[in-house]
Amino acid sequence: MNAFFRTWAWPVAVFLAVIFGWAGACQLFKIPPYILPGPIAVLNAVIERRENLWFAFRVTAFEAAGGYVLSIAAGIIIALFFAQSAAIRRSLYPYTILLQTVPIVAIAPLILMWFGSGTRSVMLVAFIICLFPIIANTTQGLISVPRNLVDLFVMSNASRMQMLLDLRLPHAVPSLFIGLRISGGISVIGAITGELFASSNAVGQGGLGYSITYANSQLQTDYLFALVLTASALGFLFFFVVVFFEWLLLRQWHEAAMKPQME
Amino acid sequence: MTNPQTVSAPAEGQTALPFPGPPFITIRDVTKTWPNGTTVLSQVQLDVAKGDFISLIGPSGCGKSTLLRLISGLSPMSSGFIQIDGMIPENAREIMSFIFQDATLLPWRTVSRNVELGLELQGGETRGNRAAKARELLKLVGLQSVADHYPRQLSGGMKMRVSIARALAIRPKILLMDEPFGALDEMTRDFLNEEVLRLREVDKFTTFFVTHSVSEAVFLSNRIMVLKANPGQIHREIQVPFPNPRSASLRSAPEFLALVGEVSSALRAVKSQK
Repeated sequence: MNAFFRTWAWPVAVFLAVIFGWAGACQLFKIPPYILPGPIAVLNAVIERRENLWFAFRVTAFEAAGGYVLSIAAGIIIALFFAQSAAIRRSLYPYTILLQTVPIVAIAPLILMWFGSGTRSVMLVAFIICLFPIIANTTQGLISVPRNLVDLFVMSNASRMQMLLDLRLPHAVPSLFIGLRISGGISVIGAITGELFASSNAVGQGGLGYSITYANSQLQTDYLFALVLTASALGFLFFFVVVFFEWLLLRQWHEAAMKPQME
Repeated sequence: MTNPQTVSAPAEGQTALPFPGPPFITIRDVTKTWPNGTTVLSQVQLDVAKGDFISLIGPSGCGKSTLLRLISGLSPMSSGFIQIDGMIPENAREIMSFIFQDATLLPWRTVSRNVELGLELQGGETRGNRAAKARELLKLVGLQSVADHYPRQLSGGMKMRVSIARALAIRPKILLMDEPFGALDEMTRDFLNEEVLRLREVDKFTTFFVTHSVSEAVFLSNRIMVLKANPGQIHREIQVPFPNPRSASLRSAPEFLALVGEVSSALRAVKSQK
């Protein structure tokens, strides 16, 4: 009980301080609600607009998850290819870094122009933004097997396939999960970025990104706040799903997964 | 005592070969040069009989670990030749096991699945047979109770015993050990030394053992090769006359301590040559 209290007392105290500080500031400085609505107004918006929020949440979750899953599949395949030789890595790695350095906001309009405005394009934006962390971390895991372990397999006359399936792949799983954690969070950012451009010409309801543009243009700042909260909740959900699978797969043997910690 | 680089007859307590045939392992004029021009080993000669326990000891940079890698075929030699039971090293891997300084266990496999690894990679055994063999070997090294544990749950000494069990699982005729107990505390090391001798009574493997510890070398081997550095060569062979099986009490016998002294002074001589 005491340990429980010590773990949660401070985060809860900080939360309450922020909420009360926020509410107090709105009252004290008489901030108009379209600039900064108070916590009560935001809570009201969440309750009143829950059906819109839930709909937008599902649309964005589907798009983000689609791009994310595709990036995992493609990322692992590309990493397996990269792990084959240093020459392949030297020739192709610089171009994968482009995936990371090109501003996604700048190329999202291009993607929409090429692939049309809709779910497919939004998924593609999420896919592009998720791909690099998966490739980079999985490749690192595949090629960083300790030399003695490789020698051990050579001494057993292991085939190339055995070396890959029984040594390199399992060794790369913890690194893969580092990539999955990073990409899980940014897949939501990718999907919302895509929607800012994609769904804006579809009148009616769209995902969180579309709804954010809409709420902004209508000065419905309390709804905007509710949407931002929903978007972070979606990011958290992705993150915890990844952490859960990581714990499931690695808890037996990997130090990092032994005790899930709040860090 | 013995001349450098001589071909020795099997020591006392060893079964001599019935006929003077070719030696089990022949190492002739073996030279290893790194790409940067450093000569690690130069003109090494060594004949090894079946059942020999050979320790390689010497200052760092004398090439003792390199010699082990050449025998295993993990690293190619620059010139000379090594013949193992009539085969070149790369073809003799099926009768050899390598034990590294760290236990090199696969952390994602349980202890018994680690012991099965060699059999699994070689193929030709059913899963049930492999598991049965692993159980048998874990019993041999006294670890049957942790068969389903993962390596991270074991102490350093236990990990090394698992590594030894895995090496023995393929029933090797030759065991190559590269400072296997270097990272362990002295009590664990002494215990594992006795374990190695006991296992050797069971399986009669031929052993190459790289070490920095003089008393470990004297306790285990029947032949000790003192190597010198720059370039690496066998400076002197010292024979260990104690019969097998040996017990822990040998360590306090005056003959044992005298031989430890002799090997130590040979090592000092080699070090001062630089």
